[in-house]
Amino acid sequence: MYAFNVRKPGSVDLAVAALESAEDGKLLAGGQTLLPTLKQRLASPSDLIDLGEIADLKGISDEGGSIKIGAMTTHADVAGSDVVKSQIPALAYLAGHIGDPQVRNRGTIGGSIANADPAADYPAAVLGLNATVHTNQRTIAADDFFTGLFETALNDDEIVTAVSFPKPSKAGYQKFPNPASRYAVVGVMVAETGGETRVAVTGAGPSAFRWSEAESALGGNFSADALNGLAVSAADLNSDIHASADYRAHLVGVMAKRAVAAAS
Amino acid sequence: MAENGIGAPVRRKEDKRFITGKGTYTDDINRPGQAYAYFVRSPYPHATINGIDKAAAEAAPGVLAVITGDDVAEAGWGGLICGWMVKNKDGSDMRAGNHPVLAQGKVRYVGDHVACVVAETYAQAKDGAELVEVDYGPLIACAALADADRPGQPQIHDDVPNNTVYNWELGDQAAVDQALASAAHVTKVDLTNNRVVPNAMEPRAAIGEYDSAQEAFTLYTTSQNPHVARLVMSAFIQVAPEHKLRVIAPDVGGGFGSKIYIYSEECICLLAARKIGRPVKWTGDRSEAFLSDAHGRDHITHAELGMDADGNFTALKVHTKANMGGYLSLFASCVPTYLYATLLAGQYRTPQIYCAVDAVFTNTVPVDAYRGAGRPEATYLLETIIDQAADELGRDPADLRRQNFIKPEQFPYDTPVALTYDTGNFHAVLDKALEVSDYANFASRRAASEAKGKLRGIGFSCYIEACGIAPSAVVGSLGAGVGLWESAKIRFTHTGVCQVLTGTHSHGQGHETVFAQLIAEKLGVPIENVEVIHGDTDKTPVGMGTYGSRSLAVGGQAIANAADKIIEKGKKIAAHLLEASEADIEFKDGSFTVAGTDRSKALGEVIFEAYVPHHIPQGLVEPGMEEGAFYDPANFTYPSGTYICEVEVDPDTGVVSIDRVVAVDDFGVIVNPLIVEGQVHGGLAQGIGQALTENCVYDSAGQLLSASYMDYCMPKADDLPTFEIATTSTPCSHNALGVKGCGEAGAIGSPPAVMNAVADAIGTRVSMPATAEKVWRALQASKTSQAAE
Amino acid sequence: MVSVSMTVNGKAVTKDVEPRTLLVEFLRQNLGLTGTHVGCDTSQCGACVVHVNGKSVKACTALAMQCAGAEVTTIEGLANGADLHPMQAAFREHHALQCGFCTPGMIMSAVDLVKTNADPSEKEIREWLEGNICRCTGYHNIVKAIKAAAADMRG
Repeated sequence: MYAFNVRKPGSVDLAVAALESAEDGKLLAGGQTLLPTLKQRLASPSDLIDLGEIADLKGISDEGGSIKIGAMTTHADVAGSDVVKSQIPALAYLAGHIGDPQVRNRGTIGGSIANADPAADYPAAVLGLNATVHTNQRTIAADDFFTGLFETALNDDEIVTAVSFPKPSKAGYQKFPNPASRYAVVGVMVAETGGETRVAVTGAGPSAFRWSEAESALGGNFSADALNGLAVSAADLNSDIHASADYRAHLVGVMAKRAVAAAS
Repeated sequence: MAENGIGAPVRRKEDKRFITGKGTYTDDINRPGQAYAYFVRSPYPHATINGIDKAAAEAAPGVLAVITGDDVAEAGWGGLICGWMVKNKDGSDMRAGNHPVLAQGKVRYVGDHVACVVAETYAQAKDGAELVEVDYGPLIACAALADADRPGQPQIHDDVPNNTVYNWELGDQAAVDQALASAAHVTKVDLTNNRVVPNAMEPRAAIGEYDSAQEAFTLYTTSQNPHVARLVMSAFIQVAPEHKLRVIAPDVGGGFGSKIYIYSEECICLLAARKIGRPVKWTGDRSEAFLSDAHGRDHITHAELGMDADGNFTALKVHTKANMGGYLSLFASCVPTYLYATLLAGQYRTPQIYCAVDAVFTNTVPVDAYRGAGRPEATYLLETIIDQAADELGRDPADLRRQNFIKPEQFPYDTPVALTYDTGNFHAVLDKALEVSDYANFASRRAASEAKGKLRGIGFSCYIEACGIAPSAVVGSLGAGVGLWESAKIRFTHTGVCQVLTGTHSHGQGHETVFAQLIAEKLGVPIENVEVIHGDTDKTPVGMGTYGSRSLAVGGQAIANAADKIIEKGKKIAAHLLEASEADIEFKDGSFTVAGTDRSKALGEVIFEAYVPHHIPQGLVEPGMEEGAFYDPANFTYPSGTYICEVEVDPDTGVVSIDRVVAVDDFGVIVNPLIVEGQVHGGLAQGIGQALTENCVYDSAGQLLSASYMDYCMPKADDLPTFEIATTSTPCSHNALGVKGCGEAGAIGSPPAVMNAVADAIGTRVSMPATAEKVWRALQASKTSQAAE
Repeated sequence: MVSVSMTVNGKAVTKDVEPRTLLVEFLRQNLGLTGTHVGCDTSQCGACVVHVNGKSVKACTALAMQCAGAEVTTIEGLANGADLHPMQAAFREHHALQCGFCTPGMIMSAVDLVKTNADPSEKEIREWLEGNICRCTGYHNIVKAIKAAAADMRG
């Protein structure tokens, strides 16, 4: 790692102030992606603004029609939450299959979605469950949040504070993990929420995306068979030593069917 | 059996320090005044170095020195060496190329050592390394093994035309060609044995120290063989005379071959220590391990197996191209030759075998011995082609193998590829494996899988390996630069404590326990009173280290022989004390007894008398109780086994899950069954890793794509099943202990068992590793071809 | 340099370190607790697993400053004096270690598993160990040891 300062603000406002005053500040949430990146010297921020001391950013609350999860809530806390397990089991399942137990004990939902890794699991949940991202400045609809490879709609001085997930009537998540890193080669969240069916895909493309053809098919008939014959185009999908674009396209179909079958 | 002697599943004596965090690995050691080293490595697979500007780095905070190839040359140190001379078909010597400790005008792989920055802290050394300006002249790289020796390829070493280290052969080509021509059936295969990265969990590390008054170096290093390291550094690299170089290999976190070799980093830590007058520590990180630890395997092979009308093997012809990487590592040359072609008879009576091997340089990390070294490659080839033959002939794969096995009554058996197997009973091993695996009911298990929508397959592998490479005169005649004996010393103290000093080195094998068990068995000393000392050239007798499953079969026998000398000397003393004739003294269970009487002296009493010889007449024996032995085996040892694997394939994704692995091995006499099982488990995991998950991938330009655990897939707990292990035993005939060695078997036997199971499940063969995508594509292709028919 | 305080194995410690100091560096270099190992640089191998406020984390992927004020337990602090923790004892009894390098992280990870799941199945154990790589044992005896330790800890 290159040298940097670490600041530990006690509130979101102080975090914003720290970010603004730093020459090249970077927010530190759970650090499970940022710290390995810094260790490989792929980034050289002047300051890390550690959000770990801000109590307001942690916690899970049942808001009636939705569940609100503070940005600094760990994957393990989401996976183990009775509220999440009872209201959106697919979300608990997803959180419980990110990385490994130790990564889940530190990695956070806010850090994950702000980083927008194309192979991260949470983007599928945000898109598939039509979540709302709360920041210190505004709320951002799921469909507007992920804008590209490691790109989001967040402004430079904007901090994710929470994510609200409307309670679906049914949802399921399945992923095909990269055998080495355990990131998603392909992950698919399918959900029926308030009469709307969503199919969100992570891992396959440069950014998480919705598979509209599958959404239409499942809208009429929420069953795995409804997806027979459907396929995403491999044209814009990722290709690497673990999976070609063709294979990813195929896996999107398989994981979508399995997610439908697993949905509850 | 003595308490805790041979055969007892003794819990390991070394474990307490490891489970409490009190082990002492090289990076755990900190020397007073220590500085830190970080290496500048080539980002190019192939480039000239036109200049190195050290000024900015030298001026950086905390930087104490920047060392380049010029400093090595100025010190008069030579390059790294290959210790095994292989001859070409025409009898000429192989071409080894130069292997400078730090690059001299050229780099030959991504990760090649260019310079070293030494600083007050590790971070400062790393910061400084970024400021070393290297003027590279990039050259086109030759990264593909298949192309390396074709005309027009970039030449990697000026004195090695066509990048060819050697063209070597073994066997009678004409006879084999004739036999193939007259065969009733010939099975042909083209195979790739994928490159893998050893990945001992402890990354390599070194601390160099220099005492200017004594003009002597001390090196702490992650080595499997400290004496070999000292020998090579002293005699060949010219670091210092052997008495001016002490090499200490403390606790070492796994080796698997990769810590046999002498690496640049160790040499440079010594040079840097002398230059700055302070100890210098280097600890590699995992990324550096991927770029600089010697890799393993990496062969491409065409083979043909001839059979008569009854399915009897008549001839085997093999042509292999072996990747040596950018330089020739310490034992690289012998791996695809004497540790590979000599194993091509396997467990079978094939009368004619011919093997040609072309070893070539490429712009990749050097390749050398990795767990099994040559023998896994031979086994993979043989067990694949036989399985393919069984498919083609419509024969049961177990039956075809059994039909061709060397029969129990044929031992000792001379193979056509230079080995003499002393003992074995391959039929008994196969029978036991079939029984343990419940082969008879495989069809019902397959049906159960089908009912779940899964494809089930079963695969066999019957391996033989050659361990404890020896005798020295034979390996010398084949080109080895060293002898392959082992040493031991047994030293008792006044109070009866037994110190065992061995030239082998334990880095997970449990020598502290197993060697103590040998002492308990031979001398009746409780294992708590035995201290095993290894890993320090100042303390232990000169020895050759640990690799090739040799520690027990060679090093253990040396200990047993030293114990016999203790008994002989003890008998003289006991005879005197008991006023009997030496010939009448028997030694048993720790006591010297006058035969046929109850008059005896305990070993402890005899030892005390040896050290306090108040009752021993002058000249009867020398005082003290310390005996040494060197042991040079008469032959290799030959463990063998049958492995049976069952897999389930998910046809929708191509994911292969290992459902069962049955491993039945004949290791001869087993000293500690707990440790032997552990060795088999670990070997199985590595072999299964090679077959299913691990793959070292270079792109065509020579960049390493699988350069971290994000992309290099180490087998994890949920990739593996609980293993089903059993043994049979035909004791080794040429060492008194009857032991054979077990360290590599699992890695040798398992890859073909897995791959044959995959082929059985999906009806077609894929290359290693059988990744989900590869298997899925194979299934798609067979669907397409079925549809076309 | 910044001053970082935390409680490690029950003892309050304070050290001046660079802000970029990782927890594992703090433990190994500043406190001399070398039982926690570093086996990779991408947070996969788990040789560095310790407990922070009772949960297993990778000490190579946390800054010392992030752990200021925390209760940290390392492998050196697991045994109760001369009495091995049941997980340590089970690893020895079942030969669940060979070279020993991954062992501290394995044991710390396994202790956390049993804390959250008192009677884990073989499948649950294997899945939990996703973040711990062992190159020596093939995991066979590690799984066996964890199962036995869990039984022992249930009493």
